[in-house]
Amino acid sequence: MPLPLWPFAALGLALVVLPVLGLFLRVEPTRLPALLLSDTALSALWLSVKTSLLSTVLSVLLGAPLAMVLARGSVPGVRVLRALVLLPLVLPPVVGGLAMLYLLGRTGPLGGPLDDLFGVTVPYTTAAVVLAQTFVAMPFLVVGLEGALRSAGGAYEKVAATLGAGPWSAFRRVTVPLLLPALGSSLVLTFARALGEFGATITFAGSLQGVTRTLPLAVYTEAQSDVDAAVAMSLLLVALALLVIVLARPKAVEGQL
Amino acid sequence: MRWISRITAAAAVLVLGASCGQGRQGADSGAEGGERELTVLAAASLTDPFEEVAARFSEQNPGVRVRFDFQGSSTLAEQIIQGRPADVFASANEKNMTKVVDADAATGKAEPFVTNRLTIAVPPGNPAGIRSLADLAAPGKAVVTCADPVPCGAATNEVEQASGVRLNPVSEENDVTSVLQKVQAGEADAGLVYVTDVRSAQGRVEGIDFPESRQALNIYPITTLQDAAQPELAAEFVRFVQGPEGREVLERAGFGAP
Repeated sequence: MPLPLWPFAALGLALVVLPVLGLFLRVEPTRLPALLLSDTALSALWLSVKTSLLSTVLSVLLGAPLAMVLARGSVPGVRVLRALVLLPLVLPPVVGGLAMLYLLGRTGPLGGPLDDLFGVTVPYTTAAVVLAQTFVAMPFLVVGLEGALRSAGGAYEKVAATLGAGPWSAFRRVTVPLLLPALGSSLVLTFARALGEFGATITFAGSLQGVTRTLPLAVYTEAQSDVDAAVAMSLLLVALALLVIVLARPKAVEGQL
Repeated sequence: MRWISRITAAAAVLVLGASCGQGRQGADSGAEGGERELTVLAAASLTDPFEEVAARFSEQNPGVRVRFDFQGSSTLAEQIIQGRPADVFASANEKNMTKVVDADAATGKAEPFVTNRLTIAVPPGNPAGIRSLADLAAPGKAVVTCADPVPCGAATNEVEQASGVRLNPVSEENDVTSVLQKVQAGEADAGLVYVTDVRSAQGRVEGIDFPESRQALNIYPITTLQDAAQPELAAEFVRFVQGPEGREVLERAGFGAP
């Protein structure tokens, strides 16, 4: 590695690490256990883990086929389609939350009929949290899988087809195994993004302990009065994110399994 | 090897440049060609009346420009304690002001200058037929309130205790604007907000007064700050807010006398 790059790399690392270190320094060790085991923290933690898992599953179910369409499907206007799918990556999450609220809210074009016909209200529910998280996190899965599909090319599937495999059988036995490494790394990113989701959730799902107040929302609410509690919960979030990225799948983030 | 020193020098210049820029900002607000700048941090609920008060203040003090940052009082209090430079702080409750005073960030004592009380906000036409505070507790009503840690949430708590009505909100928001927004959008049947919020919504929500709100008055204190770049001007602004002109604007916005 060329020497001139080192100072920049060090500064870059400092920019990421020092604020998190500051968080650790701010906390009072004596109060930490009580703060971490408080009802507010535990219920938020449990809700966050649960909803993030659900939205990761939902992202795979919906995002993987989407990646296939973008990479392999011969659809007209695929570039526009890709831009649309990736929109949540660049949009402020609050915008996504507002958009969902106006679609699925009681007065929205979809939410209105749902409410009138079936008595189903989506906002203020845990389902709304999962939808908001999926909205912001799914693009990570789509990008990861689409990239892998493109670099793998379609050659193996073509060979499978000449050997007599139908599209479904080729998908199951050739494409899916090819995708597994990329799926691993994309899953980690998707889950981590869902875990950190804030803006879309608070706008669309609201904030109520045990129902919609995930860990990031709890941090924000606590920061209004008890900064120590907010810091403790932030640490919990940092620890959880690191656990997912470092321990759960050390190779996945490097793009290999 | 010369490369390294050049690049580190460049990086140092960048970093220093950034910090100098920040330092200069403070100096700019000093007397330069008669232009004076006052930085006022105020609770979000004071936005409209304070802008009007500032316009009148600038009229009477030519060359003075008032710069505002309107946010939740707790956010502002925390920023002040962490060293944000500003001249005046107006809080939506005494708790956050006490934090600033205890951190020795305020000069003198903080004085109450207005009060605010809660009211029920409903979408225009009141589709859910809300008449009283007790109606909010009826089953099937989507009610949105503020979360306990923020001032409007604390006031909601007091109202609940004073009235014996237990609310069962579908969401507890972090600021009163979010409550108002959800009522306005028709996503909530009702929300508890301040009287002044209904006034500033100008017909996009309807307000329903309830007698219990008088038992939970929110007191707004104001003070000049230790780090003020313009201490005399800051004191003048505080006096102006408390004076007859400030009083008149604030009362028109729905605020009560302290």
